[in-house]
This record gives sequence, C-alpha cells and structure tokens, in this order.
Amino acid sequence: MAVISYIDAVTQALREEMQRDKRVFVLGEDVGVRGGVFRATNGLYEEFGEERVIDTPLAESAIAGVAIGAAAYGMRPVAEMQFADFIMPAVNQIVSEAAKMRYRSNNDWHCPLVIRAPYGGGVHGALYHSQSVEAMFNSVPGLKIVAPSTPYDVKGLLKAAIRDDDPVLFFEHKRCYRLIKGEVPDTDYTVPIGKADVKREGEDLTVISYGLTLHFALQAAEKLAEEGISAHILDLRTLYPLDKESIVEAARKTGKVLIIHEDNKEGGIGGEVAAIIAEECLFDLDAPIKRLAGPDIPAMPYSPPLEKFFMLNPEKVMVAMRDLAEF
Amino acid sequence: MSVSINGLPEQAGKLKANTPVPGEENTAEMYQVLTPEGELRESIEGKIDEALMLRMYKNMLRVRMFDRKSIILQRQGRMGTYAPFEGQEASQVGSAMALSPHDWLFPTYRDHAAAITHGQMMFRVFLYWMGHMEGSISPEGKKIMPPCVPIATQTVHAVGTAWASKLKGEQSVSIAYLGDGATSEGDFHESLNFAGVYKVPVIFFCQNNGYAISVPFEKQSASKTIAQRADAYDMKGVRIDGNDIFAVWLTVKKAVERGIKGEGPTLIEAITFRYGAHTTADDPKKYRAQELLSREWREKRDPLKRLQLFLQKKGLWNEIMEEQWLKEINIQIDEELAKAESYPKSKPGDMFTHVYAEMPWHIREQQKELQNILDKEGKK
Repeated sequence: MAVISYIDAVTQALREEMQRDKRVFVLGEDVGVRGGVFRATNGLYEEFGEERVIDTPLAESAIAGVAIGAAAYGMRPVAEMQFADFIMPAVNQIVSEAAKMRYRSNNDWHCPLVIRAPYGGGVHGALYHSQSVEAMFNSVPGLKIVAPSTPYDVKGLLKAAIRDDDPVLFFEHKRCYRLIKGEVPDTDYTVPIGKADVKREGEDLTVISYGLTLHFALQAAEKLAEEGISAHILDLRTLYPLDKESIVEAARKTGKVLIIHEDNKEGGIGGEVAAIIAEECLFDLDAPIKRLAGPDIPAMPYSPPLEKFFMLNPEKVMVAMRDLAEF
Repeated sequence: MSVSINGLPEQAGKLKANTPVPGEENTAEMYQVLTPEGELRESIEGKIDEALMLRMYKNMLRVRMFDRKSIILQRQGRMGTYAPFEGQEASQVGSAMALSPHDWLFPTYRDHAAAITHGQMMFRVFLYWMGHMEGSISPEGKKIMPPCVPIATQTVHAVGTAWASKLKGEQSVSIAYLGDGATSEGDFHESLNFAGVYKVPVIFFCQNNGYAISVPFEKQSASKTIAQRADAYDMKGVRIDGNDIFAVWLTVKKAVERGIKGEGPTLIEAITFRYGAHTTADDPKKYRAQELLSREWREKRDPLKRLQLFLQKKGLWNEIMEEQWLKEINIQIDEELAKAESYPKSKPGDMFTHVYAEMPWHIREQQKELQNILDKEGKK
C-alpha cells in the first residue's frame, strides 16, 4: 500500500471521483491553473479541463451559491473555500440555503454539495489563515461536518462526502497537509460519515479528538505508554452529527475522558461531546470530564511565540493526559 | 418623497420618479409597448397574436383573484401571513409566460403569480401560506424552486442551475425573480459578476416596486436605475414598464433567446407597484402616501386595465366575457382552496422528516421522545 500525504489523499479522492462520475466538478478560487494554493487540486485542470475545474471569481457566497444551484440540478459540485477563515461570506448560503434545501422543499429538492476548507493553525497564518470554524456549523441541522485526521480517512471520507445526498462541510487541517503521511489504498473505498474511529486501544484514560490534535494525542500516548499509562484514543472524524455510540463506548471503557481540540474551548465541539457523555454515562466515570483546547482568543496571533502558546502540542497534551490518568 | 408622519402627503406633486406618480416619470427611460390608455407604441404584428393576448389577460385576472382571495383568507384566520402582489401581475405573468415549460424558475415570497403561471398549482400555493410542509413541491417535470425568503440568495442558485444546464448542453434558461431591495445585497452583485464571466443563460428579473418594505428606492440605491448596473458587469440590461405585459413578455422572450444562443445573462428592471402592503402584517400608511399612490397606480397604470382597453378595441373584451371569465376563475380558485383546506393536517412527528436523506440518530431520538409525549397525552 502506498504511503501518501494528507493532501495527496485529497487530490486522489477528487481525481478518482471525477473519473468515476461525470457530475462531479470542482470550483473555487485558484483551483484551476494554479491547482489550489495548497495544491489540493493539482493536475485536475489538466486532466478534466476548465469546464470541470473552475476558477471562479473571488466571491465565496457565489462559490457556495452557484454550487447549490448546480447541486439542485443533479450535479455533484465540490467547492473549495481557500481558507476556512474565508467561509464567512458564504455562511448565509450554507446555513440558510444548502442546509435547508431538502427540508423547505419537503424532499422535493436536495443539495449534494461538498464544501472543502483548510482550517487550523501552526503554519504562521495569523488571524485570517488559521481559524477553526467547525463549531460555527455544528448546530445547523441539514449539514454534515467532517474533519478527518489521517490520509486514509481523508480519501474515504471525501469520497463518501461526494456521494452523499446532503451538503457536507469537509474541513482539512492545513498543518496536516504535508506533515501527516499514511497508508492509502489506491483502490476505491469509502469511510462512512457519522462514524468515529478508535485510533489506539487503551485502558487508563480516553482521549477524544480530531484533526491535528489527534496526532498530538497519539504521540503523547506513545510516551505515556513508557510510563505505564495506557490511553484509549477516539478520532471523531465526523463532528456533526456526532457518533454518540462510539463516544459513550469510549468513555465507559476507561471512565476518564479528555477531549482535545485546537478550536477555542468555549462553545467548541468538546462541549457537545462532554454533554453527550454526561447525559449517557455520567455514573460510569471516575473523574470529571476534562477539555484541552485553544484559548478563547481570536485564532491566532502572528507573533511566533504567541502562536506557539496558542497551539497545542504533544507536550501540552501529554501533561493533560497524565494529569487525568493520575486523578 | 415627502410624507408627513401620519402618512398624509404633504407635497404629493413632488413625488420622485422611482416612487412614480403616473405620468410624471420619464417613460423614455423604460421600454413600453402598450400605454396605460391601451394604445400600442409599436407593432406587435407577428409577435403577439390574439390567442396569446387573451391568455395573458385571463392569466392576470386569475392571479389577481387568487391574491384577493388569499388576503381574505388571511383576514379570516384560514391562512398565515401572506405577501400580496396585486399591481405586479403583468411583470410576473408576462415573464413566466415567455418561458419554456422546462425552464428554471426561482421565485421570491411575492412571486406566486409567476409560479402559478409557470405551472405551480394554486392549491400548493395555498398550502404554502397555510404552513404545510408540502406547499412548495414543484409539479411533475417542472423546475420551480420554493420561494426564496432570505433575499437575493436565489440569484446565485439560478446562476448555478443555468451553468449546469449549459454543461449538460440543454436549451434552457433559469430566471431569478427579485425585488429592488435585493439589488443591494452582495449575492445580487456576486451573481451578476459570476454570470457575466461565464456567460450563463440566466435572467435576473427585478420587479422594482419602489419599496423594500418601507424604504423607498432612492434610499436603496444611488444608481438612478437598476438596469444600468448591467453595464458594470458587461451584460444586457433593460428597463421596462413592468405594468405593460407586452413589454414584459417581449423583453423576457428576447432574454431567453439570448441565453439559449449563448449570449449570456440579462438583467431586467420592471417598474411596477404593489398596491397593498408588504405582507398582511405590514401597514403601508406608516411609510408612504398609501391611499394616493395606490389610487393613482390603480387608475392610471393598472396592468389589467390597459390590456382590457386594448382588447376591448379589438372586440376581444366586453363585460359579459369578463363576467364569464371571472365566474370560471372563481370556481377554479374555490376548487383549489377546497383541496388545500381538506388536505391532511400535518402531524407533529413530520417536522423531523427530510432534514437529511437518512434520519440521523439524534433526530430519530427526538422524534421518538415527541411521540412518547404525544402517546402519553393520548392516554389521558
């Protein structure tokens, strides 16, 4: 099995889906000739031409809105927001239109649309190229939110998103793009949306995370294993709707839960995960549910030391994991 | 315009062109074929035959009766808040009649006359305003989207469907209805820009009725016209008399042809006026000289009256015919209303369906919780 990077898994999924299904096309800023600012659509323009790899005007609401119209007409658009930070002008289209297309038409129309957006920091992106925006959408019925952490999941989930009959926000952690590599079959497969995945089996504490911080937890778990602490790590993969069953199972397994994400702590996905655990299995717990997340300040300062303080890392994660294990 | 606080006109004679007093606005600025007196300004020979003009008239009469009926129903508590369109029939009916049956139609909440003309059933429109979830299902084979409420969001969707139809190699256009207020929204500009760049077969049909709820056009826009915005996007822009169904029909027909030929989008500004309130929850006396304006437009610019005068001269209209048509229309409306009012009532559990193609666990749980509550109440 080939070992490829996170971003190559994005490209591979797009290419294979475009080869498989003529209705699939990509649109966004710089996705064509340039192949995307991160090169996620690299080579697609050459292979599929300007009619299926569309360099749009710089207007996020139109990118989302045009894709919504095309999706209603049976196409399978994959729209790219160049940075998740720039999704804001498209929020009206995503929340008021894409998410409600099926509902307000009583199933007469639907919106099989994927919006891909690179999110997260640690790349010296400053205030407008570093944000995590997933929590803004995780209370919008009609949407699905996916945030994979491994190349295998990227390919499988992106394919599943493209084949899904409802709108999917597909958040790719930009720090993972070239940092994270993994085995990816060059065959066709999908990973189901709505299913979390145990990335490491353990007994002493449960870590629930997604995206870049999931890798920090995996690294920390390796080191903690040497100290005799065994961590159970659940990758959420889908942030909305959350996989309640897997969350509860993972929480029960160790009775100690640490939820980690890079997004701001307050109002983040972690709160919802904690609420599910509290509702379903509070009395199975041996310690308070803990959260480790980005501070509640705008993400994130340009100053390198400040960025470093904002970002989590394996050391900070390890400390939090050890503290909880020792509770 | 200048209006005193209690709504009485202070200087009615000085009302501005975009909240026009009939006869005062510059008609040279807008394309007009049929004058308010029912005279032709240009020949329609070979373009609009007698059968077509009769259909135009009857269609306008039908939707006007529908509109009036709806307001009564709302007042009687048989329907929810309703957005009336009386006064704008020529714009909506004329534009929809110029389309092919397979063209995409994106109405707003005030464009049910266009939707009905394009094939939406009246009972569905009643259902919509009665609050049924099934109120905006498109008739089989028709591409009529549910009414757009957030303002201008549908204009980009129309670019999307137009673009998809272009990619599919189909001979169809998409028409987005919008009001003058929507032209201030970013989505309107983004859609024009996008459509211009990709030359997609889309028609932006703006009914400029002079007011976005209470805000008059001169406060909405520094541009004297909406049509002139087309120049900035290098697309065709036309300003027309929206109460002249011939001008509307001919203009939209041309825009359809342009779209199909690959000549790109058209922005049409149709000057019109809603006689009544923004919705049944609105009181226009608070912001304009309602009685005067409404009376002036009705008497001097009415879309039905001018066609009626024209038809009368051609011997195609008389009072007996009108009575007969009204009788037929009212029977039809009553039948559609009966169908809507006997439609099965929504069940509370239905609110959970169609959020997604497949119901996820949390919605299923909530649906079950509600059912449990209802079951318990039922036992009592």
